[in-house]
Amino acid sequence: MKSRNDRYLAVMKGIEKSFVGVNANEGIDFDLRSGEVHTLLGENGAGKSTLMNILSGLYTPENGSITIDGEKKTFKSPRDAIDSGIGMVHQHFMLVPTQTVWENVALGLKGLPFVLRKREIISNVLAIQDRYGIHVDPLAPIWQLSIGEQQRVAILKMLYRKADILILDEPTAVLIPQETRALFATIRQMVAEEHGVIFISHKLDEVLDISDRITILRKGRKVATIPVENATKESLAEMMVGRKVVFQIDKTLQNPGRVVLEAKDLTVRGPRGRISVNGFSIEVRQREILGLAGVSGNGQEELCDSLAGLRKPEVGSILIDGVPLEGEPARTFQRRGVSYIPADRLGTGLVTGMNIRENIALRKFWRKEFTRFHIFVHWENIAGRTGQLVERYGVLNPGLGYPARMLSGGNLQKLMLARELSDDPRAVIAVQPTWGLDVSATQFVRETLLEQRDRGAAILLVSDDLEEILSMSDRVAVIHNGRLMGLVENPDRVTEEQMGLMMAGTRLDEFSPQDHESGKSPGKAVPENHEIQDPL
Amino acid sequence: MRYRILFKKRYNSTFLFEGFLSLLSVIAALFFAGIALKLFGVSPVRAYAAMFRGALGSWYGVGEVIVKAIPLIIAGVAVALAFRMKIWNIGAEGQIYIGALAATAAVRFLSTGNQFVMLSTMVAAAFLGGGIWGYLAGFLKARWNVNEIITTLMLNYIAIHLVEYFIYGPWRDPSSLGFPMTAPFPASARLPQFFDSRVHMGIFAAILLIMAFRLVIRWTRWGFEIRAIGDNPKAARYAGIRYGRNILLLMFMSGAIAGVAGMVEISGLQGRLQHGFSPGYGYTAIIVAWLARLNPWGILIVAFFMGVLLVGGDTLQIVMRLPVASVQVIQGCILFAVLASEFIRNYRIQIVKRERE
Ligand SMILES: Nc1ncnc2c1ncn2[C@@H]1O[C@H](COP(=O)(O)OP(=O)(O)OP(=O)(O)O)[C@@H](O)[C@H]1O
Ligand SMILES: [Mg+2]
Repeated sequence: MKSRNDRYLAVMKGIEKSFVGVNANEGIDFDLRSGEVHTLLGENGAGKSTLMNILSGLYTPENGSITIDGEKKTFKSPRDAIDSGIGMVHQHFMLVPTQTVWENVALGLKGLPFVLRKREIISNVLAIQDRYGIHVDPLAPIWQLSIGEQQRVAILKMLYRKADILILDEPTAVLIPQETRALFATIRQMVAEEHGVIFISHKLDEVLDISDRITILRKGRKVATIPVENATKESLAEMMVGRKVVFQIDKTLQNPGRVVLEAKDLTVRGPRGRISVNGFSIEVRQREILGLAGVSGNGQEELCDSLAGLRKPEVGSILIDGVPLEGEPARTFQRRGVSYIPADRLGTGLVTGMNIRENIALRKFWRKEFTRFHIFVHWENIAGRTGQLVERYGVLNPGLGYPARMLSGGNLQKLMLARELSDDPRAVIAVQPTWGLDVSATQFVRETLLEQRDRGAAILLVSDDLEEILSMSDRVAVIHNGRLMGLVENPDRVTEEQMGLMMAGTRLDEFSPQDHESGKSPGKAVPENHEIQDPL
Repeated sequence: MRYRILFKKRYNSTFLFEGFLSLLSVIAALFFAGIALKLFGVSPVRAYAAMFRGALGSWYGVGEVIVKAIPLIIAGVAVALAFRMKIWNIGAEGQIYIGALAATAAVRFLSTGNQFVMLSTMVAAAFLGGGIWGYLAGFLKARWNVNEIITTLMLNYIAIHLVEYFIYGPWRDPSSLGFPMTAPFPASARLPQFFDSRVHMGIFAAILLIMAFRLVIRWTRWGFEIRAIGDNPKAARYAGIRYGRNILLLMFMSGAIAGVAGMVEISGLQGRLQHGFSPGYGYTAIIVAWLARLNPWGILIVAFFMGVLLVGGDTLQIVMRLPVASVQVIQGCILFAVLASEFIRNYRIQIVKRERE
C-alpha cells in the first residue's frame, strides 16, 4: 500500500460553487492519485458533498477546473462523469423503489441490450456480492428493503460499473461494523488494483483506518491535506472544528423510575408481509436509555414504527404509561409524548419540499401553542420556536423560509432531532440519531439524549453502532430476526464479541462467558439475507 | 462534431420562472394553433385579432368574458384544491352537473318567494350534491384504493346522463316545444345581474372562493395537512395526519365547490337547467388550475384568459365562419403546451457540441 503511485486520476483546482446565501466551495484544490484512498473530512455543511457532486457531474462549478487522468474535462451531466470512469454513491442514494435490486443495478448501464438478460445480470450481481462480501437478495424490490440494505444496493451498483474513481459519500453511516469491514476490504482491493477511492465519513476511527491522505474542509474552504501518518483523532477533529474537541460523554448513574414505554408479545408484519417482529417484549423506564442492538433489517424499523403508532401490530400490546394504545392513530401516541426519530429521514422524517419552519411544524402543528382558534396554524409561534431550535441545534441553513432539501445531510438530521427532542417528550424512540452528524454535533446530540434521560424521559436507542449503544445505554437489548436475543442489564460487563454473537442469533442464555472463545467468531455475523444464495 | 441534447434535472424554480413558463406555454400554444388555423385556410393573425377584438373590444365582450370566467374560477379552485393533495379530481364536470341538478331540485320542491332564502337553499343543495358526487370517488379511493382518475371520470358520464334523464323526462318544461330544458326559474331563484350586462353575482362568489382557498392552504391546519400529504404522504402519515379521512373531506369539498359552480351558472346566467349548459367547464377548469400552477390569484388570471379564448372563439365562428372545433383545437394546444412546460419545469434542456469519440 505504501508504494504510492504518482499518477493523478483526478485533479480539481480552485473549485467554487455557491448556493443562495452560502458559498459551499471557495477555491478548493483536491486531487486523487491512483491506488489511494483520499478522505474528505469536515463539519456538517462544510461542502464535502457539494465538491463531490461537482466531480461526479451533478453540479457545475462557477469556477475552477477538473482534470481526469491528465485530460481537462467539463462535465455537463453525471453521464459525462460516468463516461470518464467516475462513480459516486450519494449520501442520499437514489434508487427506484418499485424496481428490484438487480434492475436497479442494471439501470443506466451502458450498452445493455433492449431486453435485459436477467439471468446474466443476477449471476454477475451475485458474483460481485460474493467477491466483496456485501449481500442483498437481488430479487427483492427496493421499497421492501431497510435503509442499510438499500445502502448496500447503492454500493453494489457502483461496484458493478467498475469505476476507476469511486466516490463514497458517507457509505458507512448506516452499515454495521461487519459490513463496514467488508466494505473496507472491497476498498483495499480496488485500491490494490490501481483504482482511486474518495471516502467521506464522520467516524474518525474509520477514517484513520482506511485513508492514505485526508483533506479537511471547513466552511467551504480547504484547511489542509495531510498523509494519514501525521493524523490523530484529536488533530483531525481540531482542524475540522477549529477548536479542541473532547471525546467523552459524562454519563451519571440514574435510578430509573416507572415503565413508560412497554411492548408485550408484539408481533408485527413488515412491508414484505412476513412476520418481522416476533413475540417481542420490552420495557423502557423513566430516566433510562435502553439500547436496542441488531443488524439493520432484523425488525428494528417495524418494531419502532409500531411503538410510535405508525404500524398496527398483528398480536400483542403497546402500553404508554400503562395505557394500551395499539390500534390507536399515530396522533394519540404523539399526544402521549412519544417522539420518534425514524431511520428513513428523507422519506419519512421530513418533507424536503417544505420549508424549515414547516418541517418543525410537521409533528407539532396540532399542539395548543401552535394553533389559533382551533383551525389555524399559529405560524408566528412556529417561526419563533423554529428560530430557537435552529439556533440551539446549530442547523446551518440559508433561511427559515427555504425548502429543507437545500440543507446538507447532517443538517437535515439536526433539523429532525431538533423537532423530536424538544418539548419534553415522555418517550423517545431514536433510530440512528447520530447518523451523518459530525463529531461535535454527535457529541451534542448524545449529551441532549442524556439530558432528556436525566429529565425523566424513557429512551429507546436503536443503532447499528455498537460503541454508541454500549457507551450510551443503561441496559441493552439485542434483536435478531424479530426476536429478543437477550437483555444485558449491565453493558459494561458484556464484550463486543458477545454482543456480536447475539446479533448473529445466539441467545444470551445459550452461552456462558467462556463460550465465546470456543470457535464462533462474531466476524461471521452476516445479514439475514445470506440464506438467499441462488434464486435461480 | 455532433450535437447532443441533454436533460438535466432542475433543482430550483422561482415564482417568476413559473409565471414565465405559463406565459411561454400560452405563446407556444397560440403558435401551434396558428398553424392549425392556417390549415383551416385562415390567416392566424387576422383570426387572433378578431378574437381579441370580439372579446375585449367592447363592454359587451368584456362582460361575456367575465361571465365565462365565473364558473371556470369556481371549478378551477375545486380541482386545484384536490391537486394540492395530489388527488386527481377530473370529475369537476360531473360535479357541476350534479350541483345544478340539486339546485334545480331545490327550486322545484322548496320554492319560496324570498330571494335570499331561495338562493341560500340552492347553494346548500348544490354544495351537498356536488360534495356527495366527489365523496363517492373519495370513498372508493380511501376504502379500496380505487384510482380516482377513473372513478371521477366515470362519474362524469353518470352525472350528465342523470341530468339528461330529468330534463328529457319528468322535469321537462311542457311549453318548451320539446327542447330538453326545465321551466324558467322564478325571479327569486335568479342571481342578480348588473351593469346592464349578463355579469352576475357569481363573480363575488368566485373571488371570495379564491381568497378562501388561499386562506385555507396557507394558514389553516387542514391546508397544512393537504400540502404535507401532497408533498410526501409517508411523512404525513408519520406526522399523524390521517390519509383516508383527509381524502374523504377533500373530495367532498372539491366536489361541493364544483357543484356550486353549476348552481351559479344556471341561476346567474341561464335561469333554467338545460341540455349541455356546461360546455366542458369542468375540463377547462383542469387546464386553468395547471396553467395557474395551483396558485389562487393565478386561477383568476388564467380563468379570464380562458374566457377571452372562449368568447373570442365564438366571434371566430361567427365572423370567420370557422367550426366550433377550431376553439377546441386552440384549447388542446394549450393543454399540450402546459404538459410540455411541466417537463421544462423539471428539467433543463441543454444542447451541447460533442467531439466524436
Ligand atoms: N441544492 C442546494 N441548494 C442550496 N444550498 C445547498 C444545496 N446543496 C448544498 N447546499 C448548502 O451548501 C452547504 C454545503 O453543503 P454540503 O452538502 O456540501 O455539506 P456536507 O459537507 O456534505 O455536509 P454533511 O456532512 O452534513 O453532509 C450547506 O450550507 C448547504 O446548506
Ligand atoms: Mg454531505
